[in-house]
Amino acid sequence: MGAFLEQPIAAASARAPNWLQAQQSSALAAWQQATWPSRHTEAWKYTSLKPLRDDYLFADEEAAAGSGVEYERFRELAKPVAGTCSLVFIDGVFCADLSSNELPDAIALCRFGEASEEQSTRIQQYLNSALSQDEHLFAALNTATLRDGVFIDIPNDYRGDAVIEVISIAGAQTKPVVSNQRLLVLAGAGSQATVVERFLSAGDPSASFATGVSELLLSENACLKHFRIHEESGSAIHIGGVHTRLARDARLESFHLALGSELKRLDLVVHHDAPGAHAGITGIYLPRGREHIDYHTTIEHAVPHCTTDEVFRGIIGDNATAVFNGRIHIHQDAQKTLAELSNRNLLPSNHAQINTKPELEIYADDVRCAHGATVAQLDQAALHYLQARGVARREAEMMLSFGFINELIDNVELDTFREQLRTLVTERYFQPAKQTQ
Amino acid sequence: MLVVKDLHAQVEDKEILRGLSLEVGPGEVHAIMGPNGSGKSTLGHILAGHPAYEVTGGSVQFDGKDLLDLETDERAHAGIFLAFQYPVEIPGVSNMEFLKAAVDSVREQREEPPIDSVTFMKRAREACKHASLPVEFLKRGVNEGFSGGEKKRNELIQMILLEPRLCVLDETDSGLDIDALQVVANGVNSMRGEERSFVLVTHYQRLLNYIEPDYVHVLAGGRIVRSGGKELALRLEDEGYAWLEDEVA
Repeated sequence: MGAFLEQPIAAASARAPNWLQAQQSSALAAWQQATWPSRHTEAWKYTSLKPLRDDYLFADEEAAAGSGVEYERFRELAKPVAGTCSLVFIDGVFCADLSSNELPDAIALCRFGEASEEQSTRIQQYLNSALSQDEHLFAALNTATLRDGVFIDIPNDYRGDAVIEVISIAGAQTKPVVSNQRLLVLAGAGSQATVVERFLSAGDPSASFATGVSELLLSENACLKHFRIHEESGSAIHIGGVHTRLARDARLESFHLALGSELKRLDLVVHHDAPGAHAGITGIYLPRGREHIDYHTTIEHAVPHCTTDEVFRGIIGDNATAVFNGRIHIHQDAQKTLAELSNRNLLPSNHAQINTKPELEIYADDVRCAHGATVAQLDQAALHYLQARGVARREAEMMLSFGFINELIDNVELDTFREQLRTLVTERYFQPAKQTQ
Repeated sequence: MLVVKDLHAQVEDKEILRGLSLEVGPGEVHAIMGPNGSGKSTLGHILAGHPAYEVTGGSVQFDGKDLLDLETDERAHAGIFLAFQYPVEIPGVSNMEFLKAAVDSVREQREEPPIDSVTFMKRAREACKHASLPVEFLKRGVNEGFSGGEKKRNELIQMILLEPRLCVLDETDSGLDIDALQVVANGVNSMRGEERSFVLVTHYQRLLNYIEPDYVHVLAGGRIVRSGGKELALRLEDEGYAWLEDEVA
């Protein structure tokens, strides 16, 4: 893998807790044996890794400890939007000052660095159990260079309305930094909880590279609402993913939003491990300028009677590029599967590009599967209708684009967060003043 | 108010209007009837500035200004309102936001002060009441999943809130049951005034039982072949269009 991240990799093992070291060495081996993806690698065909530098460093822990005035400027940014409880990391280093300490009683929540013996045993047992490090190279890199992480252990039958928010801010330092966020969620049998992950960049970010890897393990009949919101901009590069396992009758609702930056690649993987599981996955991507966003999703239906409902929509503006690869793999035993995948794209600009590929691989014969991908411009009839009511063309275009995205936000069941998402998208993407293109 | 002279227009190279002339004065209600394919809807679309329709000759003046020179939204600002035959569904954009955006921009262009949200909400509720549409419809996507009748009522709400000076109703009565028809007619009648004119494009005389027109015109072959009072509509109802086509031929 050449000189890429040589220094952080060498320094990593000294920083992580001892009990993680075995996992780190095997991940490091996987990373070192892998070949660097190129355009000839199918999974990376439309996403170039060129924007990555090879001189990223770890952030200084001392500077990021949260006591300095410097980090005070992130207080507003690091406010939880939906959560009653938040953990804030700046360039991968936990910031106690900005985190909220109102932790829900019943939920055992800890950082890897402060895990008790019992907790560390559970983390060791479950970490990497939902992801294949051979297939997901950058997840292996994440494990290999891990120095901290968040472990959320939701007890059986928990039914609180606590919303736990993990906030990662990248690029707060002047040197190019690498950070590795790691989240492990164990949703106990019959539990119901909400977890929000947010990735932000500091006001005027210097180059940063983050690998955010999350594993969500849902036990029998657990119900988890999960949000992963990528708000980074500029040269805040992110390559990460969410890897999920669903036990019998488990129900996952996972919502994804990505605003653009130079390079963003996210792999979402769901394993239906036992009958009756359901995964609802919603995603929105909004690159513009010269930004690039790539979502690769894989749903593994290994057993009968599971359902998947996946909807992704994107607006690709200016010279931006986007990739959507939606794979649903229905194994031979997965009879009675119901799976739907829809990907719709709006291309308001002639120079924008989307590479979309729905991929259905079906080996069972009694299943119902539907998939569709569209690429279109704004509906002329709707534009005319708005204009006929006095709305100027530019504003009409914006209203229609917003409506296209808002339809998905409207379906978010968490009331407070739905409004926040709408505001975020409006302010960051649909603000008239910012539409200079 | 509106002066259409010798208007020729086509859509996709097919000539539809062939020399249509029409004058509408302030406060007047004109009904335009005619067989299928005679160009009735085309007239409405051209007045509203639909991009698919190309004017190849003639002129349209509104308050002495050349209407054809204006963009679609500028025509709305000038006071022209087309109630669509097939209102468009816009999922994801709430009806309320849409109405507010429309009213805001029209008021801004007319140099009227903006309305605050509370007052606007009140007006929108009143408009709903006039149109017999439950206020819950304001929260839904624009026309999203509305029935045919509900869409037409929503057009009426927009018309009430935008306070246009010339309302063109493009077959607003088509597909409406009697109750809905009465609601729309009552709405129109309550908006009638010395300064506001209406052009009702319709297939059926029935609408004119509820909205009494000052003039009735028959459109055939792309131009107006006969004009008269409301008795003309009654004759058309009895005898159809055949006698007119014979006369014109």
